[in-house]
Amino acid sequence: MKVVLASLIAVLAVLPTSARSQSGSMTLPPSVPAGSAFSIPTSGNGDGYLYIVGPTQAIKQSVHLGNPISFSAGDLYSAGAYLAILVTGSSTETQQLVVTPADKTSTLGFIAKPSRLPVGLHNGISGTVYLFDAYHNLILQPTPVTLQLSNATGVVQSRTVETRNGLAWSEMDSSAKEGAAKFIAKVGDVTSTRIIEQVPGDPCSISITAQPDGGKVKVQTAPIHDCSGNAIPDGTIVTFTETIGDKQSTVDVPLKQGIARVDMPAYKGSKISVASGVVAGNEILWEGGR
Amino acid sequence: MMNRLFAASFALTAPFTLLAAAQQPSVRVEPPQLQGSRPVEKQTEVSVIRDYLQSWKTLDTALNQNDASALDASFVGTARDKLASTIEEQTALGLHTRYTAESHDLQIVFYSPEGSSIELIDTVEYHEQVMDHDKVLADKPMHQRFVVVLTPSQVSWRVRIFQASSQ
Repeated sequence: MKVVLASLIAVLAVLPTSARSQSGSMTLPPSVPAGSAFSIPTSGNGDGYLYIVGPTQAIKQSVHLGNPISFSAGDLYSAGAYLAILVTGSSTETQQLVVTPADKTSTLGFIAKPSRLPVGLHNGISGTVYLFDAYHNLILQPTPVTLQLSNATGVVQSRTVETRNGLAWSEMDSSAKEGAAKFIAKVGDVTSTRIIEQVPGDPCSISITAQPDGGKVKVQTAPIHDCSGNAIPDGTIVTFTETIGDKQSTVDVPLKQGIARVDMPAYKGSKISVASGVVAGNEILWEGGR
Repeated sequence: MMNRLFAASFALTAPFTLLAAAQQPSVRVEPPQLQGSRPVEKQTEVSVIRDYLQSWKTLDTALNQNDASALDASFVGTARDKLASTIEEQTALGLHTRYTAESHDLQIVFYSPEGSSIELIDTVEYHEQVMDHDKVLADKPMHQRFVVVLTPSQVSWRVRIFQASSQ
């Protein structure tokens, strides 16, 4: 009987230790900034594994219960929601762990559109900026973003917009003067630049003159500009039309050094007109050299 | 079936709730609350949400089968890279996971002026199941807010940013 009792006492003495060795618990922080070093205190004793698993990262670490589980900077870097699963012997404890984006902006996703547009367009240029931390997590903390559009003469427009849900956006006018503009997004010392090409708009007006040249008539335009005074680029097509009675002939001529020229048959009483795009110019009634 | 239900119901006054077919998540779509950006045409809204909901099925398949190539149908850019990286990690650890959505509460919050990106917020109830080979390590209901950015591809919208958020 004494032997049985002694054995029973021995077993009871051992059981709690054995049970503790197969179970443990952990105390998770409410949230962890992405990429930061942190530790998770544990209780109990024995060994096990901690899994941290979410759609954007999965890690596993061995655990000595009773000791904190340490994570070095950069170990857990992807913002999101995770299951933290502590497996010890036959026991499993599961909790949720949230990893938040780091506060510091590291890169900007800057979408500037269009890359080329006519001058003088109100709200013609748009810029959308996404803020990312060093681990490509979208930074959701509201953050001011400065958007600047400048040309060779300096800053033309500047706006500061606070991000919402990780992005900020704004629209800008294209300038009255043709040429390349720099579109810059800036957060702290992080910048991103896009080049916007501003090209002349449609011709403001077109005027032609005509001179006799043997059996032909030489027709040419005056230098063609848009309504802001920018020269219409060479290569722009100008269409000359000669009409006599119910007959009509047209010639398409590219601009060269701002002027379009053409030789047309000299029919007395013909009408010669000009157009480019949606803009029509003056009309000449050819009376044979007058 | 779900998609047809969804498309057919979309013309109804928002917000609305779709009673899902068996094993399909319920989907509630709030009216867009844009940041003064370009309005979303109804057809675009339907397409974006249809493709986004499909991305959850893609996510579940890819992470359950540890098949990164399956991601291509729905994910691109950063989102695809991160999910593919997780698949590599799961494979190395002998894990696979299931993400089964039970409900979505969606709202479009931004549509870029030139139409090249759209952002939505989705509050999702889903089950996350983690398996070590055939052993289930965890199976837990989750309730999370996701910030999602989609961009148009040739025939569909694909998820470029996919991030659970506590905010």
